[in-house]
Amino acid sequence: MRLGLILGEVGNGLRRNVSMVISVILVTFISLTFVGAAILLQMQIGQMKGYWYDRAQVAVYMCTSLDTTGNCTQSEATQDQIDAVEAKLKSDALTPYIKKFEYENHEQAYKNFQAQLSDNPIASFVTPETLNESFRVNLIDPTEADILIESLSSMPGVQAVEDQRGYLDRIFAVLNAASYTAIGVAALMLIAAVLLIATTIRLSAFSRRRELGIMRLVGASNRFIQTPFILEGVFAALIGSVLAGLAIVGIVQFFVQGYLTTALQSTTTLVGLGDALVVVPILVVVGAALAAASAGVAISRYLKV
Amino acid sequence: MIRFDSVTKAYPGTTRPALNGVSIEILKGEFVFLVGASGSGKSSFLRLILREETPTKGAIHVLGQHLNTLASRKVPYFRRNLGVVFQDFRLLPNKTVFDNVAFTLQVIGKSRGFIQEAVPDALKMVGLAGKSNRYPHELSGGEQQRVAIARAVVNKPAILLADEPTGNLDPATSAGIMTLLERINLGGTTVLMATHDAGIVDQMKRRVIELISGQIVRDERQGGYQTQAVPVQGFGRMAEEVAP
Repeated sequence: MRLGLILGEVGNGLRRNVSMVISVILVTFISLTFVGAAILLQMQIGQMKGYWYDRAQVAVYMCTSLDTTGNCTQSEATQDQIDAVEAKLKSDALTPYIKKFEYENHEQAYKNFQAQLSDNPIASFVTPETLNESFRVNLIDPTEADILIESLSSMPGVQAVEDQRGYLDRIFAVLNAASYTAIGVAALMLIAAVLLIATTIRLSAFSRRRELGIMRLVGASNRFIQTPFILEGVFAALIGSVLAGLAIVGIVQFFVQGYLTTALQSTTTLVGLGDALVVVPILVVVGAALAAASAGVAISRYLKV
Repeated sequence: MIRFDSVTKAYPGTTRPALNGVSIEILKGEFVFLVGASGSGKSSFLRLILREETPTKGAIHVLGQHLNTLASRKVPYFRRNLGVVFQDFRLLPNKTVFDNVAFTLQVIGKSRGFIQEAVPDALKMVGLAGKSNRYPHELSGGEQQRVAIARAVVNKPAILLADEPTGNLDPATSAGIMTLLERINLGGTTVLMATHDAGIVDQMKRRVIELISGQIVRDERQGGYQTQAVPVQGFGRMAEEVAP
């Protein structure tokens, strides 16, 4: 009986306010899509970190006859120096941190360089002697690169010890900036959505002020009076958040999985449908909660006894 | 039933209080007229009883509740014991007579069965048994006020507050409404009616409370709209004004 009455009131309110309800739906849709995109970007960053940090190596570059930086004095690292570094890597102090390491001599370095930069004119000027010989070290925990850098960079014949995560961090910084931008846009849009919901509910309450006055007069409880309005706001926002959820699933399905996966091939892992399905309930809950809160605040003015 | 103990009500931003040190007691089953010029505090008096306002000073007890300390969330439940009728009827134009009366029961959560029983009873009592499917705009003013009264009493309230219920009606129709209120009063409901209608007050010979500038100047059993006693102070002042 009461439920039917409340739902009837909700239906009336929505019908009377169609244009406002549609704008609420659109604004929540857009804002929550941005929220979802930001969450997905963060997930993507997390996945890429996991993927690439596993593959990131610490490179110990040995001097060439041209180097003046580091411990180099324009002389090629001697075999003794190379052996000393290798011995250090095998020592008890460092082995607990190292998964594996391999040595790359001039010829291998040249081959890799030619393979990676075959299209680049610079490749034809490079000779094997100008490329550093190096140890490529895979760490058990990639965050412990500093230990290697500290213990090896002062050894004679070592030009530099480089943590390749540094390159990745730059990529992640760009992705992070993108996701913060998405969050910023989402926040602005959410503010607009909240204000719009509040306005819609006020309008709806204004058009029903006679009923509200009589309800208060005959002793309808506050909860009974406010529930239809809150449901009205939540209903509109729910439609918007479900649309946003569909958009997120669509983006992942057709853009990320459909386009990006073929475009990037297997260079990195990408967020999948499973991640999108985690995001959707978050969006729905956020949308409904915000709508309920703003509608509740908007209607409270009509509840003062 | 209703008791005011030196109640003062001052609205913010005004220097003169709407009610000033009012003390009064209204007993169960009484029929009381509240008379006085516009702005004398009649409406504030009714609003205080309804607890739409709280007093600035003094204590109000209604139906055993101390209204000063009644929690906001309990106010709706308190109001279910009061019926209210206004000069402008305040019916919902898009609902039928039946639905207008049923609405008050629906919003306080009464069952469908109870509503099906109580609404026709109330409509029969006010003499509108055959018009339950009409809309308010299809009814005369007197009939609309009867619907409003049916709505006020359908939940069998202990107190009926009426704010100039005959203000918009012609004398013959007003007499019909008064007969109805009298019948409701005979059923044991306390009726408190604010009015400007001198004819009705004089004819009914009930208790009259007169307010001037927020103070009770008269509380008379079986009184008329204007007091029979000579207002001495008024004469004195007039004499002074005439003297020079």
